[in-house]
Amino acid sequence: MTRVYLQGIGLRGPGLEGWAKSWAILAGEAGYAPAPASIPPSALLPANERRRTVRTVKLVLAVGAEAFEHARVPPGAAATVFTSSGGDGDTLDDILKGLSLPEREVSPTRFHNSVHNAPAGYWSIATLSREPSTSLCAHDGSFAAGLIDATAQAVVDDRLVGLVAYDLPYPEPLHGARPIGAVFAAALVLAPRPSELTLAELDVAVEPGQGRATRLAEPLEALRAGTPAARSLPLLAALARGEAETVILDYLDECELRVAVEPRPRGIAAATRRITTALAPP
Amino acid sequence: MTSLGAGQRATLAALQSGCSGLGPCVFDGEAPPTHVGMVAALEEAPIDGDLAAYDCRNNRLAAMALAEDGFAEAVAAASQRYGPARIGVFLGTSTAGLSHTEGAYRRRDPGTGALPSDYVYRTTHNTYSIGEFVRRSLRLDGPAMVASSACATTAKTFANAARMIAAGFCDAAVVGGADTLCATTLYGFGALGVLSSEPCRPFDAERSGISIGEAGAFALLEKPEAACPGDDPILLLGAGESSDAYHMSSPHPEGVGARQAMERALASAGLVARDIDHVNLHGTATQVGDAAEDRAVFDLFGTAVPCSSTKGYTGHTLGAAGIVEAVIACLCIRHALLPGSPHTRSVDPSFRSQYVARTRAQRIDRVISNSFGFGGANCSLILGRPQ
Repeated sequence: MTRVYLQGIGLRGPGLEGWAKSWAILAGEAGYAPAPASIPPSALLPANERRRTVRTVKLVLAVGAEAFEHARVPPGAAATVFTSSGGDGDTLDDILKGLSLPEREVSPTRFHNSVHNAPAGYWSIATLSREPSTSLCAHDGSFAAGLIDATAQAVVDDRLVGLVAYDLPYPEPLHGARPIGAVFAAALVLAPRPSELTLAELDVAVEPGQGRATRLAEPLEALRAGTPAARSLPLLAALARGEAETVILDYLDECELRVAVEPRPRGIAAATRRITTALAPP
Repeated sequence: MTSLGAGQRATLAALQSGCSGLGPCVFDGEAPPTHVGMVAALEEAPIDGDLAAYDCRNNRLAAMALAEDGFAEAVAAASQRYGPARIGVFLGTSTAGLSHTEGAYRRRDPGTGALPSDYVYRTTHNTYSIGEFVRRSLRLDGPAMVASSACATTAKTFANAARMIAAGFCDAAVVGGADTLCATTLYGFGALGVLSSEPCRPFDAERSGISIGEAGAFALLEKPEAACPGDDPILLLGAGESSDAYHMSSPHPEGVGARQAMERALASAGLVARDIDHVNLHGTATQVGDAAEDRAVFDLFGTAVPCSSTKGYTGHTLGAAGIVEAVIACLCIRHALLPGSPHTRSVDPSFRSQYVARTRAQRIDRVISNSFGFGGANCSLILGRPQ
């Protein structure tokens, strides 16, 4: 078991437009109306870059920026972990279609955008961060992989770590071979030590897989099961409820993640309510 | 397993003789004219049995590497000691089984555009496919993930694993990975104008770009106290990671990120520049990449520490470069070898670091090995004998 201290949350998914507008839905205090996720422009990108940026990067920058704002720390000084099952399907499909033609043409920009760590590269450029960054994949267990990697890095290197898990549906024909349900991203800012900014303690442990993953009420359960990054939802729902509880997250066939959530006195609900109030129109 | 041959023995023999594994590209009928470091035997080595669903070029190469040098046996012995759930699998790849998907796109249904019915995504294309394949091949049940930070990735798996062991998530770890030739990288690097038509010439005044290679290699990491008398272990003394914050496919021209990765590796090892006996450069033979790295190495090491790139032997094995060069560093330490640089004829006169073009016998105790990639991802490892 390894303990880290949660300091900020970002969220974007169908009907989940940011943590401040979503925590009450996840806590069961407000109704859930799924609608296609919108990806807001990120304040981290200059206006002329926003238009030509690919959707994965827009999504990661928006949700990551939200989490760091919530954490009340600048994003550039933290190490980062980005985790995704599928990466950028639009770019992949474009390259593969080009390569299947006799001319075999690949756009150089598409090519450099096709790497799994493209969001990490753009994050580094946008935040002027020279800090270490990891880009991961563990198929359906990608969120859990990211959480243990980010936890290990926060504790061992004694530093703040930003974790962003994201997935977007592939276009056809890849979608037929690998259906991903929805556009979804979740971000957590994790600290090695408690502070007055701590939202909750997380005790993270890898355990033998017994198929016990915490499930949600429909229709959130369909989102959780259908989108790898949304396997984070049981943890986010526990944080939204703001009570001490333990959740089990899907990881690999032979192991799963047990996360014990202990809200700190600042209190997650109180903190998010303050932000909700702050964001509400006067 | 690289174009130099199978296992440590073939790799060492090539390093000693200065023999390169590069040859004219025959991978793809219409590929741009270039040289590659190819593992020819892959075509005739399908994966069958229980794990047949994982059959693709990348996993074939991984399977071949696992079978060399008693590696699978060493992991099995570690699994006995620690238990299969306490051994992590932290691998890297940049393109996984992408060539398998390239083939499937060419066989799309002309009417519906659908991929062929025999195409399986999870076990070939997905970035994690090599992790799942290796974990199942070695019958391990511990935490696993595949890192994909372009050409820095398998160096970074050492840092991932060291942190996971230190945090207590596992007691030992399999690191490394594989990357294989595919049309996407051949045509993609071609489109970027960095693919050489001749065998690559790192740090040469007339260097003209990279030669792509394919490789698979693995290492088993344990805590230093796990070593038994007579093991002759090589230690991971330090690791340093950084991001360029500059450009997606072009390194920082002053080598700022590269230097920071090396400085952080030295700091994490508790060493200073003069403690290093050899710098195994990233040195891919691009104009800007070599110039930036020369600057970073000179700024940190001056002319005191010999450096060289082994890309002229293996080609740039992309995501596998970090593990291949970590293994080369271990071989050079164990066999007292300073590796040279085949195809490098005349070092760029504007460069200031101490570049070694010809292999020579020399005792080496500590190597720093650089791997840099797209997205401005940098990682430097320090490997060496126990102090």
